[in-house]
Amino acid sequence: MVGALALSLAACGSDPGAADPAGEGSESGTGLSGELNGGGASSQESAMEAWRAGFQSANPDVTVNYDPVGSGGGRESFISGAYPFAGSDAALEDDELADAEAQCGEGGVIQYPAYISPVAVAFNLEGVDTLNMPAETIAGIFAGEITAWDDEAIAADNPDAELPSTDITVVHRSEDSGTTENFQEYLHTVVPDVWTWEAEGIWPIKGQESAQGTSGVVSAAQAGEGTITYADASQIDDLGTVAVGVGDDFVEYSPEAAAAVVEDSPRVEGTSESVFAYDLQRDIAGTYPIVLVSYHLACGTYEDAATADLVKGLYTYILSDEGQAKAAESAGSAPLPTSLTEQFLPAVEAITAG
Amino acid sequence: MTTTDSPPAPVAPVRRRRSSGDTERGFSRTFRWIATGAGALILATLAAVALFLIVRAWPAMTASSEALAEAVPRYPDDTSFIAYVGPLIFGTLLAAVLALLIATPVAMGVALFISHYAPRRLAQALGYLVDLLAAIPSVVYGLWGFTVLAPVLAPLWTWLNNWFGWFPLFAGDVSPTARTMATVAVVLAVMILPIITAVSREVFLQTPKLHEEAALALGATRWEMVRTAVLPFGQSGVISAAMLGLGRALGETMAVLMILSPGFLYSFKILQAAQQQTIAAYIALDFPEASGLAVNALIATGLALFVITLAVNMAARAIVARRKEFSGAN
Repeated sequence: MVGALALSLAACGSDPGAADPAGEGSESGTGLSGELNGGGASSQESAMEAWRAGFQSANPDVTVNYDPVGSGGGRESFISGAYPFAGSDAALEDDELADAEAQCGEGGVIQYPAYISPVAVAFNLEGVDTLNMPAETIAGIFAGEITAWDDEAIAADNPDAELPSTDITVVHRSEDSGTTENFQEYLHTVVPDVWTWEAEGIWPIKGQESAQGTSGVVSAAQAGEGTITYADASQIDDLGTVAVGVGDDFVEYSPEAAAAVVEDSPRVEGTSESVFAYDLQRDIAGTYPIVLVSYHLACGTYEDAATADLVKGLYTYILSDEGQAKAAESAGSAPLPTSLTEQFLPAVEAITAG
Repeated sequence: MTTTDSPPAPVAPVRRRRSSGDTERGFSRTFRWIATGAGALILATLAAVALFLIVRAWPAMTASSEALAEAVPRYPDDTSFIAYVGPLIFGTLLAAVLALLIATPVAMGVALFISHYAPRRLAQALGYLVDLLAAIPSVVYGLWGFTVLAPVLAPLWTWLNNWFGWFPLFAGDVSPTARTMATVAVVLAVMILPIITAVSREVFLQTPKLHEEAALALGATRWEMVRTAVLPFGQSGVISAAMLGLGRALGETMAVLMILSPGFLYSFKILQAAQQQTIAAYIALDFPEASGLAVNALIATGLALFVITLAVNMAARAIVARRKEFSGAN
């Protein structure tokens, strides 16, 4: 065993010129081995599960662990250097980025959106499968200002729907959650006068129903008549969904429409070449504006050659067509458009030991 | 041969006792140390847990309310630490007491049926079944609670709210999803049923046969016999059984976490959503994303739970001890 390990390490060392470009991880014999421990956002846990499985089956000697400690914990441990890679539902803040740059050294920080998933606004209303709602209506409902399903505000955009006078029961996530933060960010950006709360992981309004986790809110919504909630679109089961108003149109959620928001939004200026963050535009026609964007973090250089190779291998696999397809299949996330992965890959491939 | 060997035996212990363990040798001595060690380990563990809780809770208990409001996501503005923990303690006690109110009468009925009414074979089978309830993991109770029980109970809660809404417990807007304290109390009651039943059953079985037969001989019916002989004898035993159940209900986490739609109020409205929260479920819910002072605050709430549970168990012990004196007279 020791001999084999030494041999594979030697193979790595004698071949510094990146013999394995562009996500050909599926061809066995890349020579990667060892253990890689990271963690962070729990939203991308099921996608990460698929990536780990795919990456490990392509590289049988590799073990990747992802601890879903939450975005905050992931960022903290990445900045302190405890995690060589991490996932986070929010891009690094300026001061966090500075700390992370200091920790990573001259190679700098690599950050890119790896997991994009539409967040559906889902409801349980007998005989109604879909409703049109602009952002003002959605915000009004979740803020508790619109309290019945046959309210004028809802009926105006849905002339054909038969709306009962049932009370609206809002169900939100009870724990600190990236889905809550992204959903609020959408509401606060688009209709700040109705949704006056700043985006936060914890729901700001007291006295409404809540449940733990995506499966929790979905089953709570299914259990009561007249409920409405927001949840990862891949897990909403048979609940009715809201077509969200974008400009003059109403857009149903779809992975493609969700990925298009990130693709068409401008990149945040002033950050380094390898740090990708986007100023999401919520009014681009034909795109679905409520998205959960979860980022991956890595350093440009690692002290340890084995770690550098593993992170590079893992991230290259994640950005490959195969990796994106795997995540879409198992987590229902939106596959990243090639126009984006083409931008991210050079940064990932430049990861070195040093 | 054995009979002739045995007479000297009583003498030996007396001599041993006098020489204060000097003659203990071999495994006997080793075992003495193992047993003492096991006993000491319990105390050491308890002390370690208490020390951990106090040390880690201290920064939160001494921090200013501004610093806490800054660090702890759900900390209410401009309040002391007590005002923050208070509703949680209230919710914890409310859940446990409600569960106890539901479970104790049922458990006593089951225990009496097993000990005094059921045919021997049925009694045994029923006893096993009740014990089996204790073997179900609480996460399964949680799943069952919110997928099966809550939808079933929702119409009942609506009915209670309609007709008995004047009663403080059933007031308020009834939740359509039934993920409320009332449903939690029912699930907790099922969870603590086995321990209360098992202890009560043992106590009822210990009722002196002479008492029972005397009651029957005086012309008492079966119910009168239970009322005059069994229940007075078992009273304090049932109380301590209920206290043990209370201890379990106080610390139950998973089922509460999965079922309850939490709130942070001193509210008796058990049919309305977002009113109460228990300490254990609160810690489990917020710990994953907590850091810094927020962790200390969570641990401080854990310390409160530790103190409450300890007090409940000590009260149970005290009652059991008192019962021993009385039963000795029998």
